[in-house]
Amino acid sequence: MGKKILLEKINIPGIKTYEVYRQNGGYASVEKALKTMTPDEVTEEVKTSGMRGRGGAGFPMGMKWSFIDKKSGKPRHLVCNADESEPGTFKDRYLMEHIPHLLIEGMITSSFALGANLSYIYIRGEYMWVYKILERAINEAKAAGWLGKNIMGSGFDLDLYVHVGAGAYICGEETALIESLEGKRGNPRIKPPFPAISGLWQNPTVVNNVESIAAVPWIVMNSGAEYAKIGIERSTGTKLISASGHIKNPGVYEIELGVSVEEFINSDEYCGGMIDDRPLKALVPGGSSVPILPAHLIYKTAAGTDRLMTYESLSDGGFATGSMLGSGGFIVYNDTTCIVRNTWNFSRFYHHESCGQCTPCREGTGWLEKVLHRIENGHGHEEDIELLWSIQSKIEGNTICPLGDAASWPVAAAIRHFREEFEYHVRFPEKVKNRNHFVAEPFVKSKDVMS
Amino acid sequence: MERTQYKQEINMTEALMSRINELISHYPEDKRKSALLPVLHEVQDAHDNWLSFELQDKVAEILHIKPVEVYEVVSFYTMFNQKPIAKYMFEFCRTACCATRGVEDLMEYACEKIGANLGDISSDGMFQVVGVECLGACGYAPMLQLGDFYHEKLTEETFDQLIEDCKAGKITLHDK
Repeated sequence: MGKKILLEKINIPGIKTYEVYRQNGGYASVEKALKTMTPDEVTEEVKTSGMRGRGGAGFPMGMKWSFIDKKSGKPRHLVCNADESEPGTFKDRYLMEHIPHLLIEGMITSSFALGANLSYIYIRGEYMWVYKILERAINEAKAAGWLGKNIMGSGFDLDLYVHVGAGAYICGEETALIESLEGKRGNPRIKPPFPAISGLWQNPTVVNNVESIAAVPWIVMNSGAEYAKIGIERSTGTKLISASGHIKNPGVYEIELGVSVEEFINSDEYCGGMIDDRPLKALVPGGSSVPILPAHLIYKTAAGTDRLMTYESLSDGGFATGSMLGSGGFIVYNDTTCIVRNTWNFSRFYHHESCGQCTPCREGTGWLEKVLHRIENGHGHEEDIELLWSIQSKIEGNTICPLGDAASWPVAAAIRHFREEFEYHVRFPEKVKNRNHFVAEPFVKSKDVMS
Repeated sequence: MERTQYKQEINMTEALMSRINELISHYPEDKRKSALLPVLHEVQDAHDNWLSFELQDKVAEILHIKPVEVYEVVSFYTMFNQKPIAKYMFEFCRTACCATRGVEDLMEYACEKIGANLGDISSDGMFQVVGVECLGACGYAPMLQLGDFYHEKLTEETFDQLIEDCKAGKITLHDK
């Protein structure tokens, strides 16, 4: 069993409630930080931990904190990004549903470090019942004196509220999230200025993922150096992985970074192997935006080393033969999966979720969806594959926010690794008319089919 | 959409107004507009789950903003309904992970079961099947959202049961 930091207490009966959480050492990090540490000392511990932001981009959290403008004298804010919408990702929800006070404790300790007196948790609108869980937990924490004026006699004030979204993937992008929190459409802002200088209501703001904030209490209690001992090299600590797809035990798992992909998929402690023991065909290791990996690049990198669950190993080989850890949305596919259909499904998602602000993304995602739809349904042309390549290359890097890149990468990777399957769709339209065509007859790369 | 196509009775009850004022108090005094999304949810929940232009105008008035500032937000976010919906709207997640676990077949089954095409309201106004994008329940697929709650790891049998529970009035849509 690997070390558990976030889910260590998850199985304690009643841990959802304030009393049980408190009896089991809850809110100790607030006591320790407010009574014995300065805000900068808390920030230093987080820096030393080496923890990288758990939302997907992997930017070092301590460094992000150190950018916040403390000189201007403007009010500062911490905003927790609980807009979890990346397909394949459902870890933050698990944490908030089962141990909500851990996030609230993390918000208080982190707000103290940043000198924020008004902080928010922005949760996606679909998680309405989790919103209610958090609201109740905040009320409990407030009643117990952990929120409000002069917390524990320390002189530190904090008001914390939950803000609910209303169904927009783009609001997971931090500046779109801030716009949405201001009561507007979720259109990402042009950067710079970054939120650390001008964020919510033009005030200095830090936006962090739920999982990142929930790790802060442990770091404060045990030190950043202890946290950095877990994991491998620059992938320190533990990570929540949301596992889904064709595996026996889908669910949320906390791993020490460095577990091998092969162990994660096959061990009974985690995914438990493939459903019906069918062969593994492909893997999206970090949410729908990251490049898909074909079977031969899942357990081993192109260089022949074991593929590990770390930021570095999953991206080993760049986009040519690697992928990314991303948000930890781990989607496993067996041999009945049609890669063209899956790619079309992703493109439909990005088309639907594009905010419409930048032309390459607004128009390009629509084109990707349409061209993929016609290939999947047996109306594709040979040149469509080049057309797809051309469209995705013209979106990537040409948009205000990373949604454009996120829409391009899955298409590029699918063509890079599964080109034969696209060609098969174009050449044998009658064979792919049925939606579940590869369930009946899985696609096998072979010269016989293609010649 | 014609402004006058659908009529809605507006009823801003005392309980609703008190919840709205509580939400407004979560933001600095000069930032009332920030409460827009949470307020729209509350107002929509209290008005048969949709927002007519008249209702949106009312929200603008409460938050001291222009009506267009409300319209542009309502039309941007998928959870706000601009026209009436069925009493029970089944929002199936149709994104990749759910697709690997058979949601497309289940949606076809659901449409047949309620006797209406995808997106349409059944003739008795009770049911509606729609496809939505990733709901963050990938490991518990296939699934659907009904009101504030998720129904996960669905099968044809559990979906049938859900329909029965709706008909029997056993399903609560909102957690108030």
